[in-house]
Amino acid sequence: MGTLVEEIFSHRAGRKVEAGEILLLDVDYIMSHDNTTPLAIKAFREIGKPILDKNKIVIVFDHAYPAPNVQAAENHKKITDFMKEQGISHFLHQGICHQVMIEEGFVTPGAVIVGGDSHTNTYGALGAFSTGFGSTEIGVAWVTGKAWFRTPETILIRLEGKTQPGVYAKDVMLYIAGMLGMDGATYKSVEFSGSYIAGLPMHERIIFPNISTEIGAKCGMIVADDTTVDFLQHQTKARGPYQLLKPVNPRYIREIDIDVSKLDPQVACHPDVDNVKLLSEVEGLPIDEVFIGTCTNGRYEDLEIVARILKGHTVNKYTRTIITPASTLIYQKALKNGLIDVFLEAGCTIGITGCGACVGRHGGLLAAGERAFTTMNRNFIGRMGSAEAEIYLGSPAAAAATALEGKIADPRRYLEVL
Amino acid sequence: MGKAWKFGENLNTDEIIPARYNLTIEPKELAKNVFCEIKPDFAKKVNPGDVIVAGNNFGCGSSREHAPIAIKGSGAACVIAPSYGRIFFRNSINIGLPILECPEAAEGIEEGDEVEVDLANGKIRNITRGTAFQARPLPDFVLKIAAAGGIVAFLKNHDLEELL
Repeated sequence: MGTLVEEIFSHRAGRKVEAGEILLLDVDYIMSHDNTTPLAIKAFREIGKPILDKNKIVIVFDHAYPAPNVQAAENHKKITDFMKEQGISHFLHQGICHQVMIEEGFVTPGAVIVGGDSHTNTYGALGAFSTGFGSTEIGVAWVTGKAWFRTPETILIRLEGKTQPGVYAKDVMLYIAGMLGMDGATYKSVEFSGSYIAGLPMHERIIFPNISTEIGAKCGMIVADDTTVDFLQHQTKARGPYQLLKPVNPRYIREIDIDVSKLDPQVACHPDVDNVKLLSEVEGLPIDEVFIGTCTNGRYEDLEIVARILKGHTVNKYTRTIITPASTLIYQKALKNGLIDVFLEAGCTIGITGCGACVGRHGGLLAAGERAFTTMNRNFIGRMGSAEAEIYLGSPAAAAATALEGKIADPRRYLEVL
Repeated sequence: MGKAWKFGENLNTDEIIPARYNLTIEPKELAKNVFCEIKPDFAKKVNPGDVIVAGNNFGCGSSREHAPIAIKGSGAACVIAPSYGRIFFRNSINIGLPILECPEAAEGIEEGDEVEVDLANGKIRNITRGTAFQARPLPDFVLKIAAAGGIVAFLKNHDLEELL
């Protein structure tokens, strides 16, 4: 009996677990990337005990890969030497950790996954419990195969209706971030449900748990259903049977109802993810760089919308437009179906699969006084380079329209819905 | 006993220590630039035993451990806030930086006040204003990690199961 996170914890612990309880749980996978693994290795060495099960460890190079400087190269070498020494074979470098973790089949409903990255919440879209850790705890989990958790209380967000054309899951989630604020769900689990979620394909569902991090949530959860199973079977290497858990007589600490059919395109404005305005309020603001990609919006379907808007047009001469597919698989499909041609002909630059400019290391940094419109999930000061640059967040469609005009633009004009 | 340094709400890990200084993991090195953009005199003037007092959601943002390590390296005795970014909260526990949840103290302490904190029982006294506060007690397992000096030190001599 309980919310989805209580059900997963209870199942794992083999007894009934309620919100507030602190417990140790076995974890299925422990993910870390090139940015967070070096400190995990340091913690591991200091503990001085062996790895419990190397098959639980997944290491991804995505933050600064291929190495843009010697320091990143040194990190990669250090991690590679460590993987060879320990015989760690789950080593991925074909895209953003949260995308390739899903593609490679490490994420399944009911799983318990921890990651050395704050957006590890993403896997909740497939009905898994997943959350972000610091590096030291990643090292601890390597040794113990376990982690301590305080069972979180749950906020239910019930989303009903259908969005209008030109309004996407990104707009809906930014609206929620604006409403709840950056600390609106601190330490909590957020369950997303309702007819809107039930009708969404996986690439749109992923947005909600992914950005739940930005409202402080420990995890963002969506109950696995036929859409989830179909996605796992056809678009990932995961194979069933799956643990299809669902809430049983759950008690929520707060329930929120939203009618998504009333929403217009939204933008999270500089400098906080909860500084959300209607796109129409910031329309016309000049933009120096458009960056499309990331673990939020770098999927094939996102690129498809962008291509639909850019096809046959050229982006604004003074607006650098960088498109970074989230993974090699996505890149290949975009190549095969002609999307990359559309982007190149429109004057875009194709970035290397991975986090790209979103982590401010490479792939499109900003100078002081510049303003970017991106499909990212975070717009903190200094995130993409200079601390004197501004970052605005919106949907891939809004980013594409903005690239064409060189200023924040309403995508509905280009989708022939206005 | 130490002096209070007051900070606002939703302070993120980049504001605690900007990413460009995260090339090192040395606490004393990181401490040289802690809060450099929002309180530039902090790193030079902080004394051992001083206390960080902040608003809601302190340490929100990335999973980087450099933020709590930088604060610990500065010599600050503890952080007092109504709530924390959840990964910052875990990281602080794991590296042995004491953090207390107490909305009343966060409200009732001003910059420069002399503050006394008893970590074991969560009692906070504002000497300057003659007021006292009770923080939410830290769970036993957190005190065990703190007593060992962090989770790495704990695991050298114990199994994780001994925490609970």
